[in-house]
Amino acid sequence: MLRWASYIFIMLLAAPILLGTLLASLPAFGYFPPLDSYRFSLDAWRQLIEVPGITQSVLISLLCGVLTPLIALTLVFLYLASASGSRLDNWIRRLISPLLSFPHAAAAFGLAFLIAPSGLLSRALSPGLSGWERPPDLLIVNDTWGLSLMLGLVVKEVPFLLLMSLAALPQLQPVPRIAVARSLGYRPTIAWLKVIAPSLYPLVRLPVFAVIVFASATVDVALILGPTLPPTLSVRVLAWFNDPNMGLRFLAAAGALAQLATSLLAVTIWLALERICRLLWRLYLAAGDRNTGERVAYILGRTAMPAVLLIISGSLLALLMNAFAGPWRYPSILPSTWTLQHWANSYQDLLTPLFNTLTVSICSTLIALMLVIATLESEGQPAKRNLTPVWILYLPLLIPQVVFLFGIIVLTEFGRWQASMSLVVFGHLLFVIPYVFLSLSAAYRQLDPRWSQVAATLGASQSKTFWRVRVPLLLAPCLTAVAIGMAISISLYLPTQLLGAGRITTITSEAVALTSGASRNLISVWAIVQLGLPMLGFVAALSIPRLVWRNRIGMQEIR
Amino acid sequence: MTLLRRVFRLSPKYCLTLLLATASFAAAQPNELSDWSTLEHQARGQTVYFNAWGGEPRVNSYINWAAEQLKQRYDINLQHVKVADTAEAVAKIVAQRQAGNDTNGSVDLLWINGENFAALKQNDLLFGPWAEQQPNFALVNADRYPEMREDFTVATDGFESPWTRSQLIFYYDSQWLDEPPRTVQEILLWAINNPGQFTYPRPPAFLGTTFLKQALLELSNYDAALYAPVSDSAFERVTESLWEYLDALHPNLLRSGRYFPASAADLRRLMGDGETSLALAFNPNEALLSVRSGELPASVRSYVLQGGTIGNVSFLAIPYNAQHKAAAMLTSNFLLSVEAQAKASDPDSMGSTTVIAVEDLTLNDRSRFSDSVNDPAALSAKELGHKLQEPHPSWTSSLERAWILRYSAR
Repeated sequence: MLRWASYIFIMLLAAPILLGTLLASLPAFGYFPPLDSYRFSLDAWRQLIEVPGITQSVLISLLCGVLTPLIALTLVFLYLASASGSRLDNWIRRLISPLLSFPHAAAAFGLAFLIAPSGLLSRALSPGLSGWERPPDLLIVNDTWGLSLMLGLVVKEVPFLLLMSLAALPQLQPVPRIAVARSLGYRPTIAWLKVIAPSLYPLVRLPVFAVIVFASATVDVALILGPTLPPTLSVRVLAWFNDPNMGLRFLAAAGALAQLATSLLAVTIWLALERICRLLWRLYLAAGDRNTGERVAYILGRTAMPAVLLIISGSLLALLMNAFAGPWRYPSILPSTWTLQHWANSYQDLLTPLFNTLTVSICSTLIALMLVIATLESEGQPAKRNLTPVWILYLPLLIPQVVFLFGIIVLTEFGRWQASMSLVVFGHLLFVIPYVFLSLSAAYRQLDPRWSQVAATLGASQSKTFWRVRVPLLLAPCLTAVAIGMAISISLYLPTQLLGAGRITTITSEAVALTSGASRNLISVWAIVQLGLPMLGFVAALSIPRLVWRNRIGMQEIR
Repeated sequence: MTLLRRVFRLSPKYCLTLLLATASFAAAQPNELSDWSTLEHQARGQTVYFNAWGGEPRVNSYINWAAEQLKQRYDINLQHVKVADTAEAVAKIVAQRQAGNDTNGSVDLLWINGENFAALKQNDLLFGPWAEQQPNFALVNADRYPEMREDFTVATDGFESPWTRSQLIFYYDSQWLDEPPRTVQEILLWAINNPGQFTYPRPPAFLGTTFLKQALLELSNYDAALYAPVSDSAFERVTESLWEYLDALHPNLLRSGRYFPASAADLRRLMGDGETSLALAFNPNEALLSVRSGELPASVRSYVLQGGTIGNVSFLAIPYNAQHKAAAMLTSNFLLSVEAQAKASDPDSMGSTTVIAVEDLTLNDRSRFSDSVNDPAALSAKELGHKLQEPHPSWTSSLERAWILRYSAR
């Protein structure tokens, strides 16, 4: 039975995504039985080309897809080059997990309330420094070229890429390598850039691709921060998809394929950039320069990360203030009164989405956990390692969500299935599994096989060894994986929105829906609930093992 | 339009099925609508899926209140299905008919008017007539107020029940603006002299579309063609002055017209932040309510344009395939009661304008409809002035499409 687990696992992840992508392309070429359309046609594509502003939509998505990872990766590498091992580094490493659990939508709302013309930042400057009595008429949030959208994405992707880099770094043994480089006279920052960066990059390449695809195809962040006239391609695809006029399904399908092409183009441009960089790096390395640019790299690296942190904390502050603010006129930096009214007003509306959020995240995470453990068990200890190819795990992150989810919807429509909770759970599962696997597999593979061997020599059966030895030993990593899985599920927007057909609402889907209709105060309440849930999960994941093992000193070390 | 086309394209087989279904339904219906107590008995324990626009938190909390009342009184579970656009609910009903679902529809009650009502009624997708059999229908005095039986020039024929009145009003912040512009033309002149202080929601947000209609009425000199179904030639002729006007106005709007807010609430927020000095709303009490809640500063004042502004009534309708018709009718009748209407018009609740003919009520009941004339942000019935009729519903979608084509990608 266990032997099949990893095959089931691969099928479960790959099949819906590949099949979904394939199915999404059918209506784009005229095949859509629910509307009695069976003939091949290119009408949808003709229609797509004629959509006003479509070129600009594609261009913004593309720009976002290339610039966001470029800026984020540069910042992360400069930071690692200049701050590795410093006190700043210790401090940031501790902050990174909570930062990562900050849902995209909540972060985007916070950022919007921070940088808008009437936002916290502008209030801090006014009227004293800026002389503004009224907010300046500047198009900052929702700007035409998506600059605030890119800022929002960079701020969220930096912690992600940093975590991925930190996880990969130890196997490169940076300390002795840098020591050698330094003994040859290289300044520390330069030494890192010349010696570590070229070997670290290949290890974080897949996460970088995931960032490219996410940035070029994001829907929730683009709805909040992105341009509106015209919006990014992904937002338009969603709008066509949700249009009451079912005839727009063909256009939506063509748009989804165009989105896939746009994301792939962004990846291709990135590959070209890789080649150029490789060439430049070779010249740079061969030149043997030991300190030029050290200062700039050092200052940039040391300031970039605190700047990102500052923006995130500013966003959080903006959310907190707005959630409890009474009347708050511009340019006052503080509201005239504080109130709990916004919480009282929304508490009733929060209940159903909260219940749905918890149901979906708990179900999907537990299923994912069982599947992942079964797969890891079947891989055996330690004979056959890495049976599951990593790219399969990254598949849901490497194909734009809007594309394959659209295909899954087409499938449900072929079968006339109703939107249901189980469909939403299934959709979430596709995104939760990879993260649960990535977070659990490292701990699982590090587990000393001799524990199981000792148990076996004492006559314990395999299942007894599993339940009595391995599960308790892995309690802490399992709980962390659960917390991560739940955080991912809680933050998902598109799978809920598309597969739940608006009938199953979660905190995230409702919060994003409030973007256009609600006051800042109300949005802040929802955003705080949205970011509070994963935080609670992480607190629980940290404290439960402590509680369970409070009288087991040895177990506390294992954690 | 696409909707109509699609419905017309339906095969005769479907139409026949529909006819049969309606016939068998009529035969199976045990109760007479006049027999309200049987209805109450039937409705007990039913869940009413009320598809209503969910973009205004005040309305949402009023619906929450109504749900509590209905639960207590009739054991009805009112479930608010928040839609971003009523057209979504219309699409659901059409899709259900296409799928042959004639008895188990997912929509029980709809907040509706204008082009959505016209589309459903024309295609026989509504249950009824039932509205005028409601005990509380007499309260609206439809003989004195014919608008209770007419929706964007289309006769309601008892297929929908009046719920609330709306009228386009403008409001401004007197801190920045002494004398507001009183006509659509004056708005342009004022905007040119005060750039960046006005904007309107982007169509198809209904408030944005209503602004287009208001401007069109004035600029076309209230052309009679607006009250007949739209034709290509009429559209081109009548709207020419509108596009000229908007081309001149947009560069002088907030963010030079490169950004339009998404809704009335967005617009309110912009004024609350001091970004704009002039805004519009479809609820005559908008400014009053927002000043009370602290969203807008106390210096905000409301007014209407010189030639009058567009006003309409919005209604509740029941789809032909609704699963819980009895409970839906009971809900509608409750929402039309003196108590529910008084609560709705309470500025601390939804703050809408009632459809009940208040002058017919007993003195005691009349006092439940609070008069807010004393508040400087409010408008009295007299100040609201002349109400312009909504153009024919077919203009709405044509205007929205043309606007999107012209201005959505600049």
